[in-house]
Amino acid sequence: MIDVTSSAPVATIEPKGQRLRFYGIWVIAAIALVVLPLVFSSGGSLTSFSLIGIAIIFALSYNILLGQTGLLSFGHAVHYGIGGFFAIHLMNAVAARGWPIPLPFVPLVGGIGGLLLAIVIGWVMTKRAGTVFAMISLGIGELVASSSLILRSVFGGESGITTDRTALPHVFGWSFGPQIQIYYLIAFWLMISAIAMYALTRTPLGRICNAVRDNPERVEFIGYDPHVVRYIAYGFAGFFAGVAGGLSAINFEIANSAYLGAAQSGIVLFATFIGGTAYFFGPILGAILVTYLQLGLTDVTTVWQLYFGIIFIGIVMFAPGGMAGILMMHRPLVRAGTLGMIIPSYLVALIPTLALACGVILVIETIARYTQGEGSGAIINLLGIPFNATSPLTWFAAAILTIGGFFVARLSWRRIAEAWDRATTVARDRGYLA
Amino acid sequence: MLELIVISTINGVLFGMLLFLLSSGLTVIFSMMGVLNFAHASFYMLGAFFGFQLTRWIGFWPALVLAPLLVGAIGMAVERYGLRNTHKHGHVAELLLTFGLAFAIEEIVSMVWGKGPMDYRVPALLDFPAFTIFSTNYPAYKIFMLAVSVAIFVALLVTLKRTRVGLIVQAALTHPSMVAHLGHNVGRVFMLVFGVGAALAGVAGVIAGPALVTQSDMATLLGPILFVVVVFGGLGSLSGAFIASLFIGLVQTFAVALNGSLASAFGPLDPSFGPSVITDIWNVTISQIAPILPYVLLVLILIVRPMGLMGSRET
Repeated sequence: MIDVTSSAPVATIEPKGQRLRFYGIWVIAAIALVVLPLVFSSGGSLTSFSLIGIAIIFALSYNILLGQTGLLSFGHAVHYGIGGFFAIHLMNAVAARGWPIPLPFVPLVGGIGGLLLAIVIGWVMTKRAGTVFAMISLGIGELVASSSLILRSVFGGESGITTDRTALPHVFGWSFGPQIQIYYLIAFWLMISAIAMYALTRTPLGRICNAVRDNPERVEFIGYDPHVVRYIAYGFAGFFAGVAGGLSAINFEIANSAYLGAAQSGIVLFATFIGGTAYFFGPILGAILVTYLQLGLTDVTTVWQLYFGIIFIGIVMFAPGGMAGILMMHRPLVRAGTLGMIIPSYLVALIPTLALACGVILVIETIARYTQGEGSGAIINLLGIPFNATSPLTWFAAAILTIGGFFVARLSWRRIAEAWDRATTVARDRGYLA
Repeated sequence: MLELIVISTINGVLFGMLLFLLSSGLTVIFSMMGVLNFAHASFYMLGAFFGFQLTRWIGFWPALVLAPLLVGAIGMAVERYGLRNTHKHGHVAELLLTFGLAFAIEEIVSMVWGKGPMDYRVPALLDFPAFTIFSTNYPAYKIFMLAVSVAIFVALLVTLKRTRVGLIVQAALTHPSMVAHLGHNVGRVFMLVFGVGAALAGVAGVIAGPALVTQSDMATLLGPILFVVVVFGGLGSLSGAFIASLFIGLVQTFAVALNGSLASAFGPLDPSFGPSVITDIWNVTISQIAPILPYVLLVLILIVRPMGLMGSRET
């Protein structure tokens, strides 16, 4: 389920081409990371890329728990935060004492911080999986987050602890002051962490993690302790979350208690689940989308978090495989050449679905402008069309788009389901779908 | 000192009963559907905000009836159109759905009512001191809250243990397919129980709104404590939830009232190391650690007794 490459029937026929394609993807990813800042070189896009890189490491580390081991954690940000504080304190110590530790090694120390915390709290947490683990992770997350406000000397209270990343020893003449150098540092760690985490899924440990997720009882019968397996997986997840936290501390030159909080844990859960937990590249997609939306929507609307919630609920209810799951559903159809059979119904469904989405956005924005008073202005700009939030015409349009769009869209979704059935039947006949 | 103990005990029992109004619904829903409802504290918040809004429009007493009914209806809709469709994807998906709902409800509430605290006042009829104890006037409204909580507790107990409806609900908890074979609509039973649980949370919100702060972050503040109560009492155990609610209510109330710290208790032994972790711990007062006490209790109970106080199975 998890790996993309070995499930394909062609793997046994031409392993060499398969392997070439596999390594090709990683090489292309590495080249893309190097080339990206050359194409989009503005300061804003560099900052965005850096944030996205950190979010990807964090989301991938979260997927070691949720996707690989089946552990739903509501407190993963504690490792991210502790990693950040380890990194900050190390950087300040290096600057003060003149230790010969250059900046690129700092995220490793962040990772060790996350790992240490995971070793301490993980044993109690991973005793049980499922709902109980989720509740305990929430409780322990709150415990660590609230304790960080009490232990002021370590966590700096509400204002946090700051540092200066350029005060560390320079390497290769890089001072790590400019954002471009930080971007390459993050890209470097992203590549290493992604390869390491992918490799982890292919080891016997990664496989036994999947087994613990799917059938812990049977794992016990073949002689493994699911508790120990979950504990080890938790340690790995904590380590990589700490790396992400350390990078974040370097990027912002500050660590505060918000790093550890429930909001941060919620965002990583959203990113991972929206992207899709069943495939390795799912959290990557999710982290890119969520970070992009976070950065982009905040300028456009005041209620951007509500859209997050709605997208998340929609994914949970209608596409629990996430974006990656939706994409991979089409793979056998592409192979069998029957994708063309469903594209027309997709195109038909696009219009009413978009109308429905526009209607919902209009409703939300109208309410938001209405309740938040004059400050935010009454004009809603949707697809280039200005709507006046105070005019009944807008309310009417919103109602028509939402209600009408919903009923028409539902009809067109049914057509998709029918076309889907036809396409998969043909694909099955051609032998591309089990 | 005696004054502190008496007042804190009354307040603690009050807070505990409030917690029980919420945790009872949560724990019944859990034992029925196997899903911990993350949005339960959000129903409590909706109850408070509906109560506030309806109090403005039609007065407190109609609001006390109407707001929980509204919240219950929302709860039923969530079960019917959300959870029932998500059930096939497993418990984690259901938990995530309620998590997303909690997030969305908080955003909607802060969008509609803003992020600031509401001016939700105690109704004039109950705005007088009930009795004076050690020179402290104890407000009648708090006595009213206590009375409502106890009345609902008794009503719930009688319904569950003594009526035919309660019998069917109890049977549906353990043997849903058998109950269905006997001709009862188990789906509807689930929906009603979810609705009643949400309505109870709504009642708690309406009556707690004026006494505590009605604000859009009240669900986020109370939610985790609620889960601690449910896990502490033992998942799915109603009596466990009752004991845990009272216990945690008392612990938190006493902790907030106490002002001692290690420094004040062992003053002469001050380590005075300068700013370090030890001085942080040395100087922290009990009231400052009150917010983390429930989580400490959670960790302790999980180490000592993983099934919770009254849990029948290991959680």
